[in-house]
Amino acid sequence: MNPGTYFMQGNEACALAAVAAGCRFFAFYPITPAGEIAEKMSQLLPRTRGVYIQMEDEIAAIGSVIGASWTGLKAMTATSGPGFSLMQENIGYAVMTETPCVVVDVMRAGPSTGIVSAPMQGDVLQARRGSHGEYEIIALAPYSAQEMFDLTIRAFNLAEQYRTPVIVLADETVAHMREEVMIPEESSLEIANRKVPSTVEEAAHGFLDPSVAPMPVLGKGFAAHVTGSSHDEFGMRQASEPEAIDRIVRTIHHKIVSHTDQISGTERMMLEDAEVALVAYGSCARTAEYVVKQARKEGIRVGLLRPIGLWPFPARQMKEALNSVKRVIVLENNLGQLFPEIERVVPEGATTSFLPPETLATLHKPDYVLKHVMGEAL
Amino acid sequence: MANEKTHPLSKYIRKGAQTHTHCPGCGNGLIAQSFLRAIDKAGISKEKIVCVAGIGCSGWIPSPFFDIDTLHVTHGRPIAFATGVKLGNPELEVVVFTGDGDASAIGGNHLIHAARRNIGVKVICVNNMIYGMTGGEVAPTTPRGMKTTTTPFGNLERPFDLSKLVIAAGGTYVARWTTYHIASLVASMKKALTRNGFAFLEVLSQCPVHFGRRIGITDPVEMMRWFQKQSVTIEMAQGMKEQELSDKFVVGEFQDVEAPELTRLYAELFEAASRDSN
Repeated sequence: MNPGTYFMQGNEACALAAVAAGCRFFAFYPITPAGEIAEKMSQLLPRTRGVYIQMEDEIAAIGSVIGASWTGLKAMTATSGPGFSLMQENIGYAVMTETPCVVVDVMRAGPSTGIVSAPMQGDVLQARRGSHGEYEIIALAPYSAQEMFDLTIRAFNLAEQYRTPVIVLADETVAHMREEVMIPEESSLEIANRKVPSTVEEAAHGFLDPSVAPMPVLGKGFAAHVTGSSHDEFGMRQASEPEAIDRIVRTIHHKIVSHTDQISGTERMMLEDAEVALVAYGSCARTAEYVVKQARKEGIRVGLLRPIGLWPFPARQMKEALNSVKRVIVLENNLGQLFPEIERVVPEGATTSFLPPETLATLHKPDYVLKHVMGEAL
Repeated sequence: MANEKTHPLSKYIRKGAQTHTHCPGCGNGLIAQSFLRAIDKAGISKEKIVCVAGIGCSGWIPSPFFDIDTLHVTHGRPIAFATGVKLGNPELEVVVFTGDGDASAIGGNHLIHAARRNIGVKVICVNNMIYGMTGGEVAPTTPRGMKTTTTPFGNLERPFDLSKLVIAAGGTYVARWTTYHIASLVASMKKALTRNGFAFLEVLSQCPVHFGRRIGITDPVEMMRWFQKQSVTIEMAQGMKEQELSDKFVVGEFQDVEAPELTRLYAELFEAASRDSN
């Protein structure tokens, strides 16, 4: 697509970004509200000699994505809650084997089949801890069609840089919303690519480097050994020593957490002099942004803090941003999934409250939030 | 030292991989050697092979003993992962090592869809008719009436005929042998490796520890003799009644047909798409 500004759907922007980031393998199982990503990918990928494949279920979709990633391709899948649940075991495999890949989860209202095309932010904790075992994940929460583009590119870059699965945790509203999206010049995009070993010796140490080992991709004569079992830095199974799994858990944890500031950004709006801070991400931040503008007209000193990366939770940045506020109101379209993390970074002496929409699976009504802000601000 | 001989297949064994986890008398060693002989005879460079292993005893055939790229994945999913590997790099010879439980219980969906797609992945399915690794539980391939650790009163269910299942799903090359029929097994493996499309090789294999002791045959050689005695070739079976075949293992090459292979169809699609956009 030519650079320029387009009126575009979030899902469509996500697909364009994936291809621009270098994605050449996309596997999918049909699900609402992620369908448009697949439609667009099926049109775009063959023109780049990239593979679009519809698999027999979401387990196969993420499995084939991981397989393709090990041949050196950038690979992605997209889904929604029910499919995201099915993918969890293999997401854990990707974490364990340090496989770069991108999983777009367009959150819809659940549990179970729920409402397929209503916005809810019910998968925030599943993204963080949905697979079994102890691990860290990266999850980014776009709040606009533009960010569906920008954060998809960022997701690929982080996946490549840290050799890990990255979740784009979108919600139905940002995915289906159409608005202005600026497609930049290809040459202006920053694109990261995984380190690949150049010698067999280098390839042998293919795992468990705290500063990320080069990935011994398949078919290059490295005789790579990739396993979801506990293993050492050579990828060899070490399935009976607790020290081996201890080392894995700590290394893959450290690899992500020690780079939290570089991975998970935040956006601040009118927080400099704010007494009240709204904290919101994804589509909730759209209402929050509007409410801040309205409240400012009434002379209320309110600002917005928006975490862009939810996991690893940007605690240091959040704490710094909320340093001088007196009240914090957290908006989520759930019953408080990120809330405990936010509560922990609220400064001593400030009060914190949680505000879901009046009816879950709808957007917060601005008046409702505004009343809350004014009522409590008075 | 001058008289020390090197095994002709040792070049395929990963340096440092000395001990293995198979039980005494397991058929996996025979299948491992058959596979290595097949790639050797077929002249396929080991750098061009990727083994994808599932979870179960069969996964430990390539992982980590073969000095070959190996992706040892989650239970039931090796065919799904292999689909991504083959599509990601169609030049690679992608071989799945899976068991009867891995391929037909938890992973049955991936098996039939890979056969339907005719993707050029070669599946070696080690069928020991039981869950060996986890302690001898009933499998979808366990004969009806058989007692296992989880069917103490006998198995109520009918077993899958895996080869028939794959043929029905569109498999283009399907063969079944037992660990007694090593020469035929090597020949079929070689044939599967030199074909383009999806191949399914079912190998009935002895598990003396969990299966054998339940049927009263704990000696692996005796179990292989039992395979020999109970096996009939597909050619012989065609003249036999269903009743006569009920306790027999039908072996042979069941299907060998050509159909367009999936990665080749993608290559054609890419050509057409690039013509379109020019």
